This record gives sequence, C-alpha cells and structure tokens, in this order.
Amino acid sequence: MSVLSLPKAFGSFRFLSLSLLVSLGILLTVACGSEAPPAPPAAQQAPVAPGTVAESAPAAPVAEESDTIKVGILHSLSGTMSISETAVHDAELLAIEEINAAGGVMGKQLEVVIEDGASDWPTFAEKARKLLQEDEVAVVFGGWTSASRKAMLPVFEANNGLLFYPVQYEGLETSPNIFYTGATTNQQIVPAVEYLLEEGKTKFYLLGSDYVFPRTSNLIINKQLQAAGLEAVGEEYTPLGHTEYSTVIAKISSAEPDVVFNTLNGDSNVAFFKQLKDAGITAEDLPTISVSVAEEEITGIGADNITDHLVAWNYFQTTDTLENAKFVAAFQAKYGEHRVTDDPIEAGYFGVYLWKAAVEKAGSIDVAAVKEAAKGISFAAPGGAVTIHDTNQHVSKTVRIGKVRSDGQIDEIWNSGAPVAPDPYLDTYDWASGLRELAQAQ
Amino acid sequence: MEVWALQLFNGLSLSSILLLTALGLALSFGLMNVINLAHGEFIMVGAYTTYALQQVASHYTGDPQAGVTFLIAIPASFITAAAAGYLVENTVIRFLYRRPLDTLLATWGVGLFLQQLARSIFGAPNVQVVAPAWLSSTVSITSGLLLPMKRIFIIGLVLACLGGLYWYMYRSNEGRRMRGVMQNREMAASLGVSTRRVDSFTFALGSGLAGVAGCALTLIGPIGPSLGTFYIVDAFIVVILGGLGQIPGTIMAALIIGILNTLFEFGTTAVVGKVLVFAMVILFLQWKPAGLMRARGR
Amino acid sequence: MVTATKASISRAIRTVAGPTRLGGVATDWIAPALVLAALLAAPLVLSDFRVALLGKFLTFAILAMSLNLIWGYAGMLSLGQGVFFGLGGYAMAMFLKLESVQGKLPDFMFWSGLTELPFFWAPFQYAWFAIPMTFIVPAALAGGLGYLVFRSRITGVYFALITQALALIVSILFIGQQPYTGGTNGITNYTTMFGFSINAPSTQVALYYATLAVLALTYLLCTWLIASRFGRLLVAMRDDENRVRFSGYNPAILKTIVFALSGGIAGIAGALFTPQVGIISPTMMGIVPSIEIAIWVAVGGRGVLLGAIVGAILVNGAKSGLSESFPAIWQYFLGLLFIGAVLVFPAGIMGLLRGEGWRRPEWLSVQQLRNGATRFIPGVSK
Repeated sequence: MSVLSLPKAFGSFRFLSLSLLVSLGILLTVACGSEAPPAPPAAQQAPVAPGTVAESAPAAPVAEESDTIKVGILHSLSGTMSISETAVHDAELLAIEEINAAGGVMGKQLEVVIEDGASDWPTFAEKARKLLQEDEVAVVFGGWTSASRKAMLPVFEANNGLLFYPVQYEGLETSPNIFYTGATTNQQIVPAVEYLLEEGKTKFYLLGSDYVFPRTSNLIINKQLQAAGLEAVGEEYTPLGHTEYSTVIAKISSAEPDVVFNTLNGDSNVAFFKQLKDAGITAEDLPTISVSVAEEEITGIGADNITDHLVAWNYFQTTDTLENAKFVAAFQAKYGEHRVTDDPIEAGYFGVYLWKAAVEKAGSIDVAAVKEAAKGISFAAPGGAVTIHDTNQHVSKTVRIGKVRSDGQIDEIWNSGAPVAPDPYLDTYDWASGLRELAQAQ
Repeated sequence: MEVWALQLFNGLSLSSILLLTALGLALSFGLMNVINLAHGEFIMVGAYTTYALQQVASHYTGDPQAGVTFLIAIPASFITAAAAGYLVENTVIRFLYRRPLDTLLATWGVGLFLQQLARSIFGAPNVQVVAPAWLSSTVSITSGLLLPMKRIFIIGLVLACLGGLYWYMYRSNEGRRMRGVMQNREMAASLGVSTRRVDSFTFALGSGLAGVAGCALTLIGPIGPSLGTFYIVDAFIVVILGGLGQIPGTIMAALIIGILNTLFEFGTTAVVGKVLVFAMVILFLQWKPAGLMRARGR
Repeated sequence: MVTATKASISRAIRTVAGPTRLGGVATDWIAPALVLAALLAAPLVLSDFRVALLGKFLTFAILAMSLNLIWGYAGMLSLGQGVFFGLGGYAMAMFLKLESVQGKLPDFMFWSGLTELPFFWAPFQYAWFAIPMTFIVPAALAGGLGYLVFRSRITGVYFALITQALALIVSILFIGQQPYTGGTNGITNYTTMFGFSINAPSTQVALYYATLAVLALTYLLCTWLIASRFGRLLVAMRDDENRVRFSGYNPAILKTIVFALSGGIAGIAGALFTPQVGIISPTMMGIVPSIEIAIWVAVGGRGVLLGAIVGAILVNGAKSGLSESFPAIWQYFLGLLFIGAVLVFPAGIMGLLRGEGWRRPEWLSVQQLRNGATRFIPGVSK
C-alpha cells in the first residue's frame, strides 16, 4: 500500500505560474470587495475598475461635493438573528425610499449600502469598519443584539462614525457616536415593574436567555424589588436557542409566582409560550410580561399561544396616531398585507427621519455638526413624538403596556401619558444609586 | 411526588423528541457512515411542509385549525423530506461514501444552501403552525399532574415510527435487502441486489424520518430557517452514545440523555444541566468508545 | 528486537514519499515565497480597511495550519479547533481589557454584580504572563483532552464528534459565565495595546506584519516538524496506526503531543485575532466556526501546509466579498462552494495546482476506513 501516490514530477513551470495566479487571486479577493453592492444610482467616487487594487479608497474626507449621500444599513440578514432583524432592515429601507421620493436630504438622494452582519459579532465589527472606511457612509442604521452593538461601538468611536441603534436595550451606556432610538431601561423595564407592583403583584419570577440584556435587566429589577421590600421568587436563565421548556415551566409552577417577567430572546419565546400553554397554564393563571416579544415575534409564536399575556414597549401597531396609520399603510403596501409593524421596526424607521432632521438643521453630514444639531430635535413618529435628549443621545418616548389579542395585535392597557425622558444610568431613581459610578468606572 | 412524576414525564418527552430527531441520523450515520450535518435542515423541510400544507388547507377551508390537516402533514412531511434526501443522496452523497469526513463538509454546505432556500421562499421571520384543537388539551392524571396532549402525541408518534422502522427493516423485502447490503455488500450485490438503489432508499428513509420529526416539532418549538441547528448536535450525541449501527442503542441513549438532562436541569439550571450531560457522555465514551451497544462483529 | 523493528520502520518511513517531499523545491519554498511576497506587499496597495481584513484572514490562516497539522498529517479531524483559537483570543482579550480599564473593573463584571477582579484575571494584566498563556492554556486543554481520548483509541469520526461536543460545552460555559467572560458579548472595547492606540492605522499595520511574521514562523516550524522523524511518524500513524504501535511507538503520546501543539498554535492565532478585530466572543468558539475551519483546509488542500493558508485566505475573502456584493443571498454561494470543494476538487486548490485535479489523496479514504466504524460503509469492498 502506498502512502501517497502523487505524480512525482509535474511541470514546475505550470506549477509556478499557477501559484502566482493564486497569490494574485488572494489579493484580488480581498481587494475587490469594494465593487459597489447592488445599491441604487451612480457611484460618485473616482471610478475604480473592478479588480484593480491600487488606491481603491484613500482616507479622504467626505467633504467633496456630490449629488448623493451614502448611508449604511447593517443588520443580520442571515443566521439566527435574521428572524428579527430583516424586518427592521425593511423599515429603514422604506424610510430611505420615502425620503428619496420626497426629494432627499438637503436636496441630495440617499444611496444605501447594505451589509449583512450574519448574526456574528466580529462580522458586525468588520462590516461596520467597511461601511465607515471603504464606503465612507454618513451614517449607519443597524444592530439588534447588545452584543452586536458592543462589537460595533469601538469601531464607530475610532472612526468617528454615526450609528443609529433601533432596539430597546439594557442601558448603562452612552457612546458619543451612537444614537439610541430604542428604549433604555427606564422607558420599558422599570415602568413595567412599577406597573406590576401597582397591580398588586408581589411574587416575581425572572426568566431570561443567558446573555447580557436579561442579566442586566434582572439586576435592575432585583434592585427595584428590594426597594419595594420584595424579592424575586426565582431567577432562571436558559441558553440562547433553547427550545425545551417543560422543566423550566415545572420550576416556575413550584415557585408559585404571580407574574413571570420574561426576557427570553427570539426563538426561545416560541418554545416557551407554546409549552406554557400546553402545560395548561393560561394568562389568567399566571400572567407573564415580556419585553422582547413584539408583533413580529407573536406571528411566530402563534397568537393563540400568547393571548392575554402582557408586553411592555413604546409602540404597538395599534397605536392610534395619524402618523402610524400612514406608516403601517406604507409598510404593508411595500412589503405585503400580511406584514406587521412593531416597536423596533418603528424605531428603525423614525431613526432615519431623526437623522435627516439633524442633518438638515446642521446643513452638513459632518458627524460633529450632526450631533450638535441633533440635541433636542423632535420628530412626530408613528408611536408619538420622539425627542433626542440633550446629552445622552437617547430619545424620549412614551411607555406603553399592552395585552396580546387573539389576532396577534396588541391592545394598549396603560401608557405613561407623556414621553418619558431617557435615563440610561437610572440617575433619577434612589434605589439605583451607584449604578452610574460603577458603570462608568470603566 | 407529583413534581417528580411530572419530571419523569418531561424526561420521557424530551427523550422522545431526541429519539425522533436522532432516528434518521441513526440510519444515515449509524448504518451508512454518512455524517449528515444537513439532517437538521431536513427537519426544517418537514416543519415547513407542515406550514405550507396548513396555509393551503386554510386557504380552501377557511379553518386554520382543520384537525385532519395535521394528520395529513405527517406523511406529507415524510415524503417531502425523503424526496429532498433522495435528491441530495444522488447529487452529493453518493460520490462520498468512501470519505465519511468529507460528507460532513459537503452536507454542511447542503445545510447552508437549504437554510437560505427556506429564507428565500418563506422569509426570514419565524412562521406559525396552528396546532389542531384535539392536541391542545391536557390530560389530568391527578389534580396536580397535568400532561400536555402534544407531548403524549409525540411519544406515540415515536413509537409508531419505531414500529414502522422495525417492520420495514425486518419484515419487508426492501428492508431485507437493506440489511443485506449493510451486512455484506459484495454478497448482496452478487445476489442481484442493487446496492445503489438501497443506498438511496436508506438515506431517503433517514431524511424522511427527519421530516416527521420536523412536523412534530412544529407543535412545541419555533419554525424558522435555522430551526435545524437547535436539534442537530443533540441528535448526534444520542447516536454516538447509542453506538453506530444500533437502533436499540439509539433508543437507550435517547432515554438516558433525556431523563438525565431533565433531572439535572431541575436540580441546577438549564445551562449547567446541558453541560453536565455532555461532559458525562464524553467521559462515558472514554470508558466505552463504541457507545452503549457495540455492533457485534461479522 | 524492538529496536530493530523501530529502525526498519523509520527506514521505511524515510523511503516513502511523504507529502513534503513531493513538490520538492517548488512546493516547499518557491510557492510559499510567492505568497509571502504578495502578503508583504499587500499593505502598500490596499486600503487600511482591507489590510485589517487581510490581517484577520492571516490569523485564520495560522488557525487553518494548526488544523492541517493534525488533520492533514496526523489524520485527526478536530472540530474543536475554534475552542483553542477562542481560548488564546480570550487570554489576549483579558490582557487588553485590563490595560484599557487601567486598574478599574471591566464593565461587564460590574453588570454581572462583581465588585472586584477575580483572582485568575489579575495576572493577565502583565504581558509576560498573558502572552505565554495564549499558547499554554489551549495547549494544556488540547493535551489533556487528547490524552484521555487517544488513550482510549478513539479515532476518526468519533474524535471529530467528541471535539465538536467540546466546542459546544465550552461555548455554553463561556456564555453562561458572564461575570468572568463577558457572556455572549464577549470581551470588547479595548483602547490601547502596549500604550499604542489600538485602532490607529499604524498599529493595525504593525499587527498585520506581526501576524505575517508569526504565520511565516509557524509555517517554518511545521515544515521542519513534518520533515523530522516525528513528522514521518505522524504520517505513518495516519496511514496505519497499528503498524506504528507494533513497532514499539506509543501513538497516544505522539498524537497527544501534536494535538497539544496544534491547540497552542490555534491559541496564538486567536491572540492575534483579538486586537485586530477588536472583539473576542463565544461565537468564535461554537460549532459553526470549527466546521468552517475544516472547510478552509479542505478547500486549500489537506496535507499540504501551504494549502491551509491559501484556503483560509481564499474562502474568507470569498465570504467577505460575496456578502458585500450579495448581502441577502450570499449563503447560496457559500453552500455551493463547500459542496463543490469536496466533490469537484477533493485534493483542494493545492491539489489542482499540482495537477492532481479530480483525484483525492488516497489516505483520505484509507485512513477514514481504518479508523471509522467501517463495517457498513456503502460502496467499499473490504
């Protein structure tokens, strides 16, 4: 038996030329990604023939005059997170199309560069860097998971870029290069707990996926409960993508809570709610309140499995404003009658408009100018007026608690009346004192 | 007491799900030595078949819960997934039988392709299958012990699959040929058995069983393009622990892993439970590398 | 008696054409030199972003080489290579994070309720500790696991799947231990490295060349190793483990050593990855990346050192390029690429270059047959 019977001699000229080709191929594969993605109109940069390597992008400032403004969209279009992120990507595209149809920003059309974060955090960092350094976009709309934001944050800070992040998150962060258009904790979790306490709930069971948002949320909830003289009756984390909840449900049952505060993420919610219902536990027996389940997720869970359970957000598809009627109609006209809108979709949508307003006020796409102009800027979003905070770059928005209907829509049962100012470090809550100092120890 | 009875039932239920997802693998991996990483995607094919069938049915009947639809969906999922498996076997796997580790790489590519296909056809967000009313109830054993009908149904479905598989392998002519080929390929071939055909059929059967699993999993889990990835690793662990080529071993492994996992999870947390079970399996394989049941020599 | 057999087998090994001898000068030196020259020149012609990207690919190339060492030469497919990469990356990340926070508590520890630095974190503030650890920790894990596994004579498919289970366990553990590991987010947001701003283009270029240097050194080390008696034993073991055992060698020890070395190299690759990409997270340690690593090696050419480098750079380049050009559907191409790589050119790109074209290296089937559960393999006559 021979070990390896390869031809002993082969044309070494052929070999050499081929290996030369391979080395060139390596360089080209790496270099030629700068060919424009399938984005709309004319490229305004100096034309670079595809494949030519030289001087594809000198780090020249974006100040040159051109008739389009490049903007980036960076969400997971593949991988596990695509179940949630594609819809936000759709909403952002819709906003950009609307803006272009209405004459663009400062008379310039927006040119979109779309990248796929692929549900992988290092990929988010790579693509963010690509958008800022290669495409030199004026702004990026993107991200969903805290992990993807944390991965992109240093990139945006180092390249002085601008990110609009559209999802509710765990707070305790203020990057000078990020605008947070989703809720921070005092606009979702804290009022939700307050609401439940007012409703007379005393035995909280905290259930979440095992990652930073649930853990930080529960840290805050525990502090809040302590301040009310209470203690959670149970706290349980399951791995991301976990789909077997019968044991968890048995644990919940034996802890006998009167409400479950649910911070599960994505697919796990589907399994949890289906299996909760199968175990014969209804919202009447044991209500749950979810902060990561919106209309889009309800479609996947099945409305009948989650009917009458509670959710806390800043926007529902049913929110009764003129702007929302228009928004929902436009969204469904573009993407189909069966599509639903929800909070992150709305936050992605109005983020584009907030940026537009700031740019027009600043009269420039320069990051520092836009940031300065953005302070206090308001927009009539589908979910009501939103205003960018003067210092922390979050937006003030109305808090809403709703009950899931049997058709998958959500009925609002409580709202905060007026927009709540963002407070990412919970400075205004006595029981949370010390959070800021510790968080900023970094 | 009731708590423990419920946990025992939960363990059995998890075992049945593990077994359902692993049964097809036990055929393709255990009997044919094909490391089919696209097995999870065949589960997904079954789940989406159920979804598509329900969409069509509710379009014509106007009743999304049409109870019969789900029963029809089980064979339909089997057939669709089996057809997909047949196709994959004939285009990819058949060239790789001599190279088990290469099947791993190629089927990974097949899996990526199928996931993206599902995303293109059905969209990236999760979809929903409405469970028929007769499955959405609970059976109460005592006042405090409620068993979900769906779980009981899945246990029944696994038993039916096992029965069908037993009948196929030991009572049907096709099955005799299959066992013959697996035991002694040349002898079977010289006796006139088309080994190519048997290979294709065996792989398609394994894929079809994955389809059935997908159909059942629509009852209790999420239905999306990456659905297969949630189950594939556990299924492999079951097959390895059971021992290659051993359906009884696979059954035993599913029971052991399911029950232990549930107990550990109840005693600790879901994360620790899972790590403990996997660590135990690895340690066990140190002791008995061939798994619970060793294929007896020729 | 035993010595006589040993002598005869090593003579036999020497006479057998090992893979390194095949291409002679062309494969061993000229082709690598061409690749090296191209990589050396890259920062002169590429933009900052592309250099950083290529730097990342080079860390992957080192990683692929570590897998090629044990798979291509010793015949053991490890699907846990991402774990070793990740451990190295984490060790480096701990150092960078501690340098960046300057004596304060890293942010994620605070979120998770820790009030002081865990004891095992403390030494990582020193480079003299952290940098060796990027090699030692993964090498120790690989060595420990390897010894257990190889002692039980677990090989082939079983070894692949056990290492895959390892990947799963470790990634679940890292996600679960948020106070100590940063959880799903991983460890990110470093500002400086040895006092240099980590995001400055000059630092990135320096890191690029450092990575290239490590890559070249690793290549030389592996070339030397494979040409040595040890390397020939590895190949002999890959092709017939029992003969090696009967000749008086202990395959378990040999395999453990090479597996530990491979794990250590993967760890160094991870350590270089972290500062260039700016994040290390459990996603790098899970099951998916480990399979992808195997695919890079398969595409490049198993059993050819240069193949791993070429494969890692080309596949990742294609991945980046395709996902930039077709963000919504690029996974079709990737899937087809993997199928094609295995079906159409099983000997990989290096095989194509050598004119082997369609043929697969014989050891691939021979070794797998011998080591796997072989009773029922269709299409194989025994």
